[in-house]
Amino acid sequence: MNTKITIENKTSPVDQETAKKLLYQMMFIRRFEEKSAELYTKEKIRGFLHLYVGEEAVAVGIMHALNPGDNLLCTYREHGQALVRGLDPGVIMAEMYGKQEGCCKGRGGSMHLFDVSRKFFGGNAIVAGHLPMAVGMALADKKMKNNQITCCFFGEGAVAEGEFHEAFNLASLWQVPILFVCENNLYAMGTAIRYSHAQTNLELKAAGYNISAGSVDGMDLLAVIQASQHAVEIIQQTGKPYFLVCNTYRFRAHSMFDAELYREKQEVEVWKKRDPIPAFSKLLLEHQLVTEQAIKELEKKIDMEIQQAVDFAEAGTWEPIDQLTNFVYSNSII
Amino acid sequence: MSAPSVSIKLSYREALKQSLRDALKNDDRVFLMGEDVGRYGGAFAVSKGLLQEFGADRIMDVPLSESGFVGAGIGAALNGMRPIVEIMTVNFSLLAFDQIANNAATLLHMSGGQLNVPVVIRMSCGIGRQLAAQHSHSWEPLFAHIPGLKVLSIGTHEDARLMLLTALKEPDPVIIFEYTAMLNLEGEVPTDTISVDSIYAKVRRTGKDISIITYGAGVYKSLAAAAELAQIGVEAEVIDLRVLRPLDEKTIVASVTKTHRALLVEDACQSISVSSEVSARIMEKCFYELDAPVLRLCGVEVPIPYPKHLEDACIPQKEQIVTVAKKIVCHD
Ligand SMILES: Cc1ncc(C[n+]2csc(CCOP(=O)(O)OP(=O)(O)O)c2C)c(N)n1
Repeated sequence: MNTKITIENKTSPVDQETAKKLLYQMMFIRRFEEKSAELYTKEKIRGFLHLYVGEEAVAVGIMHALNPGDNLLCTYREHGQALVRGLDPGVIMAEMYGKQEGCCKGRGGSMHLFDVSRKFFGGNAIVAGHLPMAVGMALADKKMKNNQITCCFFGEGAVAEGEFHEAFNLASLWQVPILFVCENNLYAMGTAIRYSHAQTNLELKAAGYNISAGSVDGMDLLAVIQASQHAVEIIQQTGKPYFLVCNTYRFRAHSMFDAELYREKQEVEVWKKRDPIPAFSKLLLEHQLVTEQAIKELEKKIDMEIQQAVDFAEAGTWEPIDQLTNFVYSNSII
Repeated sequence: MSAPSVSIKLSYREALKQSLRDALKNDDRVFLMGEDVGRYGGAFAVSKGLLQEFGADRIMDVPLSESGFVGAGIGAALNGMRPIVEIMTVNFSLLAFDQIANNAATLLHMSGGQLNVPVVIRMSCGIGRQLAAQHSHSWEPLFAHIPGLKVLSIGTHEDARLMLLTALKEPDPVIIFEYTAMLNLEGEVPTDTISVDSIYAKVRRTGKDISIITYGAGVYKSLAAAAELAQIGVEAEVIDLRVLRPLDEKTIVASVTKTHRALLVEDACQSISVSSEVSARIMEKCFYELDAPVLRLCGVEVPIPYPKHLEDACIPQKEQIVTVAKKIVCHD
């Protein structure tokens, strides 16, 4: 069954199975992040932990438009993308525990999830540092005449960095197939966008580099899907970069070390009314694509899967210290 | 490594160019990117003519955006290419330092061994052309400090001809320092470019009285000093480190164990230099072999000034090497 769901003037063909999958992905990320916060307070997860709660529709929507072979580069707030890309939740959780069963043998932690087999290139924790690399990956694909595109996520904080501007110029100059996705959650740590950008309509910055751009309500899953499908189509047709700004909001603190002194509780509450998960659930219920019962079952299934992931991480082991200096160099000739 | 049997005379510049040409010919995945490497012919004419020979896809001029294009080189390396990225001179490398230190050097480790970054980053460097403080840096020690990088220094014509080809066989990021002061110098280069497949420190002259341990622009200076020392009966051994990270401790220790004396020579300023590290290794590995304290002749701790006489006074010169070596050997 291929049902057209229409909201306002947007239409997006989503069949029942896909609709359920998308809902499941968003719910899974939400639950995974909540569990992670809990495990952080229990000191199971340490270091920096940045949660994606509130922003789920962005990763799920964008990645729905991508192919599994497309390169993906993300920030340190990347659990959502990693889960959607198909990294095993247990393996991610083990990584966040620092166990050697983690996707990077525990050496990266929450901010540095990598899975080369799934073209998942981090997990990058220097704001904007991965943008030039993403351009280089797209350049390599162009040179090798591969068909895939590269998708690079970053926050609006990154847009103020020099590397954003260098990367945009290079991507456009070289005409490489890359989708730049700005997750504009309005705050870079505690700095609101109005204090960091002279031009807060970020998509306008692309014009300076002759890059096509658009912006979308990042709390609206179908809108994100529609916008990203459009973007991917343009990239595939032209081989050129595209800049998509997803306007969203993080419901929780920047990281676990954040007293949230810089915004009003009231503001957070207003945004929570636009929570993408209840909104999408409601839509599916209205269109009878799911039932209340089915959602409850999804919740149960997710709880179970996340418990399995935690169990896997708990059962994981610490890498022996005598392996500390592994992976600094490869077997090599110098 | 067998000594090359046949050699010809080339300038350091021409040797570098021939190595680039070989690299581009040997492997379709290799491309050169950097500011003015193509239409301009390279800031120092090292890549002159390569654009005409290989085309704009393989000899890529890039805009002034060191972080951007070095990062792009890293990304291309991650994704199957074999980029050679040229930073015009070391002086501009700090704009790309984030990419080098935070991406190239860390990705293999951080990904638990999943990601290789086979990028080669070349930069010319050195002092002696009256370019003043911002254009005269010797930052080899800065890069040699970083685990995950391999850092090579081309102090001879032989290495100008061969080192790049070895670096391109590496699965890990390699930084190569080239010395502009040597570009016009002619020297012997081997015609056999196939047999070289590993890089260690190299004894450039053998001797039994003192080890002069150096790299880069220090190599020919130290060899000249050694020739002068020989005339007064002091036989100096000259070690060219070549690889500044990881250091070839074996060659250093073997030499000092033989000569029992060491003088360390480099242009970079003395504090926290490559020589600091070599000195520490000697203390740790062969202290009891020493007949005299290890001494260093390094750069003076000062931003490099413009006037020629002051610039010359910033770095060790042949005469000082001779004087200090004599002092160490004669205990006076
Ligand atoms: C180059 C750099 N500067 C500063 C930091 C510290 N820092 C980490 S996250 C962050 C805010 C980034 O905000 P944004 O790009 O909007 O992404 P968000 O965290 O909101 O997802 C800052 C300042 C950093 N990691 N890297």
